[in-house]
Amino acid sequence: MTRNRWTPDLREADVTPEQLYLRRRSFLALGAAGAVGLALPRRARAEGPTGPALPVARRVEQAGGETPTPWDAVTTYNNFYELGTDKGDPARNAGTLHPRPWTVAIEGEVKQPQRVDVDTLLRWAPLEERVYRMRCVEAWSMVIPWVGFPLAALVKRVEPTSRAKYVVFETLLDPAQLPGERRPVLEWPYVEGLRMDEATHPLTLLAAGLYGRPLPAQNGAPLRLVVPWKYGFKGAKSIVRIRFQEAQPRNTWNRMAPDEYGFYANVNPEVDHPRWSQARERRIGEFFRRKTLPFNGYADQVASLYAGLDPRSLY
Amino acid sequence: MAHPRALRAVAFAACSLPLAKLGVDAFSGGLGANPVEAILNRLGFWTLTLLVASLAATPAHDLLGLSWPVRVRRLVGLFAFTYATAHLVFYVAVDQVFDWRVLWADVTKRRFMVVGFTAWLALLPLAVTSTDRWVRRLGFTRWKRLHRLAYAAGALGVVHFLWRVKADRTRPLAFAAVLAGLFLARLPAAVARARRIRARAQPMAARPRPETATRGRGAPTST
Repeated sequence: MTRNRWTPDLREADVTPEQLYLRRRSFLALGAAGAVGLALPRRARAEGPTGPALPVARRVEQAGGETPTPWDAVTTYNNFYELGTDKGDPARNAGTLHPRPWTVAIEGEVKQPQRVDVDTLLRWAPLEERVYRMRCVEAWSMVIPWVGFPLAALVKRVEPTSRAKYVVFETLLDPAQLPGERRPVLEWPYVEGLRMDEATHPLTLLAAGLYGRPLPAQNGAPLRLVVPWKYGFKGAKSIVRIRFQEAQPRNTWNRMAPDEYGFYANVNPEVDHPRWSQARERRIGEFFRRKTLPFNGYADQVASLYAGLDPRSLY
Repeated sequence: MAHPRALRAVAFAACSLPLAKLGVDAFSGGLGANPVEAILNRLGFWTLTLLVASLAATPAHDLLGLSWPVRVRRLVGLFAFTYATAHLVFYVAVDQVFDWRVLWADVTKRRFMVVGFTAWLALLPLAVTSTDRWVRRLGFTRWKRLHRLAYAAGALGVVHFLWRVKADRTRPLAFAAVLAGLFLARLPAAVARARRIRARAQPMAARPRPETATRGRGAPTST
């Protein structure tokens, strides 16, 4: 029952399977496996994707054909501390963030530094749908159909200098829009970074959409990073600054707890988090945990980036 | 509130509410996208809440002159143990599905798990000895001394919560503050009591203290 390998033509949001998923897990959660015949009215909260459809040039399925996690779950179960620290807070507080107008500063070791409107930036390359697995460091995971374009396209366009070794991403710092920043839970603004070869890897996505629609605020509107072979916290949300630099940046969670969150944060079932095992994960919508795959299942595409490095140091 | 049975019934209903809400939410999708996590978090939260509530009974009596909290303290304490046990069993049986490798690592490598488990172990003898029979068997003084373990369990529970959260320590620190407050609230009464006992003991310092001798053993009860 943990396998849901649909044929690829069924992977898009298909209302009936979503409801079956939700209904199944909610009654299993009570351990009432005997109550199979119960026709339970599910609370009327399941909403489909909302917002204008984004122009998607092509679709790339890279989650082994698994059914995407329902929109409802992807948009109500979020880690975005700038909108609150409970999983449901970001969806509840989403209204405070205004993703338009939005300017992104591209700066540092580039020949074309600039401040660019997000809608202009999103025309720099054709938008693609990418279905990726997303593995959180907290040992849960989802399958998400993102819309965006490879970060490599942006990197190429702004022409990094030879001194550019790392790319740094910064989230908006504005407590009026992101009320979670009023409390010093983390060091604000949120900062994440990638090595240049990670940033230009074809899997690395600059995402602006979800399920074919613009990103909801709680998912990091209007622009976020998606690096599917790393733990979810690497995916900086609501990005206002992309900086190219020579020195390795210290990412926010690494500053917070260096023994628990590293710079690389590659998904690795062999290296436990100090407080829990990373060997298994719970796919949202499933009841039993499943095995976590090295590099979140993308090892054949990315393991070569880390040849010669001790994998145990890459947590 | 005068009728003891009515009082207990109300307390029983109040303590059952979180569990009932959990049941309703589980069937209506109210537990969100990760129901297993939601259930664990809620059971843990209510364990701490009820444990702290049971510890508030004595200060409520000493400082506010309220006697009804003392009368439902045992019931509330047993509910705290029930929630704690449900939390533990749910983690072992449902979240980890008896994955012994994970559970072994939890109790050997993960201090936040060790602390949580120890808190449950501290509650266990209190639940076992919660009956009137056990009060008589141990004698009230010894029974009371044993039941001060509830404070240790509360403190361990708060540490478990504190070490569990990733960054936002608001809630565990709130529990810590309330627990510390309750402990401090006990001090004046405890100091006064100790002084009274010492004052009474002094004139007859040479003799064995009759009060503790009889009360402490609880010997003269039936058999």
